[in-house]
Amino acid sequence: MKLLKDAAYTLGLPVLLILLWWIGTLGGSNFYVPTPAQLAQTFVDTWFSPRLWEDILPSLGRLFAGLAAAIVFGVGIGVFIGSFRTVRRVLEPLLEFFRAVPPPVLVPLFMLIFGLNDQMRVFVIAFGSVWPILLNTIEGVRGTDEVMRDTASSYRITRVQRLAYLIVPAAGPKILTGVRQSLSIALILMVISEMFGSSSGLGFLISYFQRSFAIPEMWSGILLLGLIGFALSVVFRLIERRILRWYHGLREVQREG
Amino acid sequence: MTPEPSGAAARPLLVVEHLKKVYPTATGGVEAVRDLHFSVPEGQLVCIVGPSGAGKTTLLKCIAGLLPITSGRIELLGEAITAPPKAMAVVFQEYGRSLFPWMSVEANVELPLKSAGVSKPERRAAAADALHAVGLDDAGGKYPWQLSGGMQQRVAIARALAYKPKVLIMDEPFAAVDAQTRADLEDLIRVIWKQLGVTILFVTHDIDESVYLGERVVVLSNSPTVVQDDVVIDLPAERDQLTTRSHPQFAALRSHIYEQIQRAKHNRGTETASTPTVLRRH
Ligand SMILES: Nc1ncnc2c1ncn2[C@@H]1O[C@H](COP(=O)(O)OP(=O)(O)OP(=O)(O)O)[C@@H](O)[C@H]1O
Ligand SMILES: [Mg+2]
Repeated sequence: MKLLKDAAYTLGLPVLLILLWWIGTLGGSNFYVPTPAQLAQTFVDTWFSPRLWEDILPSLGRLFAGLAAAIVFGVGIGVFIGSFRTVRRVLEPLLEFFRAVPPPVLVPLFMLIFGLNDQMRVFVIAFGSVWPILLNTIEGVRGTDEVMRDTASSYRITRVQRLAYLIVPAAGPKILTGVRQSLSIALILMVISEMFGSSSGLGFLISYFQRSFAIPEMWSGILLLGLIGFALSVVFRLIERRILRWYHGLREVQREG
Repeated sequence: MTPEPSGAAARPLLVVEHLKKVYPTATGGVEAVRDLHFSVPEGQLVCIVGPSGAGKTTLLKCIAGLLPITSGRIELLGEAITAPPKAMAVVFQEYGRSLFPWMSVEANVELPLKSAGVSKPERRAAAADALHAVGLDDAGGKYPWQLSGGMQQRVAIARALAYKPKVLIMDEPFAAVDAQTRADLEDLIRVIWKQLGVTILFVTHDIDESVYLGERVVVLSNSPTVVQDDVVIDLPAERDQLTTRSHPQFAALRSHIYEQIQRAKHNRGTETASTPTVLRRH
């Protein structure tokens, strides 16, 4: 029953919008706007084809490689910077500057430096999405509770164990907030990095369809991107719920008390 | 109960000499502790009381090796304390911020042992024993925040016990729990102290609690702090929430310490008690 209700809430508005769209296109389709049925058909024809493993999967591969690198470096460097007050104070303005630079403008630059290849694209994704993770990690590490630090010191917890059992878990909620922000940046950069000097990938295909006036195909690509973004955030939420079970539980108790 | 030190041979376990602590600040520094001396023989249960802001927490943090001292000397077993010593465990007032909320109760209790390289089966056993000693046999698998405040403080005490310290330092550990729980925890501390023979430094701002628990009460002056008075609590060793608190000597000690604290509020780092006060019995 609850499941049904949840599904109704999630799907209600999308279904309504599709209905409106369907009514709007009843009087024959516009060149720029396909009917829902047309789009569905195009979607299946376009993507359930060799493009699935020739374009979509490689794109997703680069996305995840870039994200993984961003998480590893963002958390690693963030823990280091966050642990030393002087380092933090010297670097923070610079890092804020890098975060403020809109990542897409880096694509042409990196193309020049690294050439047109997959490594460049992964690098662009990683470089663009590392900042929220890095800055959130620094903030999380800095915010580690003073009493917990004293507790760890008084029990002579070793450096490595302090990282593993205190610093990183304490920064966990912040780190995952950073990762959530990075997801959308990474997806944008995946598309944009493929729009320049590329001959495969989702970004390439969407701009190719657009240039060759294959409008329904172009729409189907945009739909696919939306679905990928949605799936990413759903999967992320599941993982986050798991990792931060303690945090959500604690918050609930604090709200009640 | 506690035997007199036999002659000059028995150097006290813990010695605080001319302790001074100035917090460095932008405006030149806050002198929290001016000139403190006292010593604690092995196995004693000492309560430390003083007005709010007197520097009790500062003193404990210095003794625990968590704060560098400005001058003077703190010695444990004849060695100067410069970093947290192996033989010491601390229980903080803020149990909610001292237990790690991302770990189970059991993992919290085991962590210091893990860090010390104790093998897994031994850790398990030590944690189970310690949790049993504080009456929390079944809580091992829970998260700390799933327990009540009093139970969380029991977990913090269990963690300290599992660490097997020679000196147990407690900073207003029961200030944030309700009265009934507090009485239970006070009795728990007495039991632990008697069974394990551990030396305990117990900071509280509750005068009754200090008299009920301690073998001795050290009264601190207002900040910058000196020792205002050092009172021997000559109550029977078997204490009981009902009979002990209605003992005439309990009332006498309590009003004596109360007076001292009233005086301490106006006394900033001038008077220093050198010999322990023993109240004459009426
Ligand atoms: N980090 C700090 N920097 C500067 N001054 C401090 C710092 N910590 C404490 N003080 C000052 O030192 C004095 C003693 O503080 P402390 O916390 O040790 O007192 P306390 O006796 O534990 O008080 P309470 O009864 O409120 O717990 C106070 O005047 C306080 O303002
Ligand atoms: Mg205090």
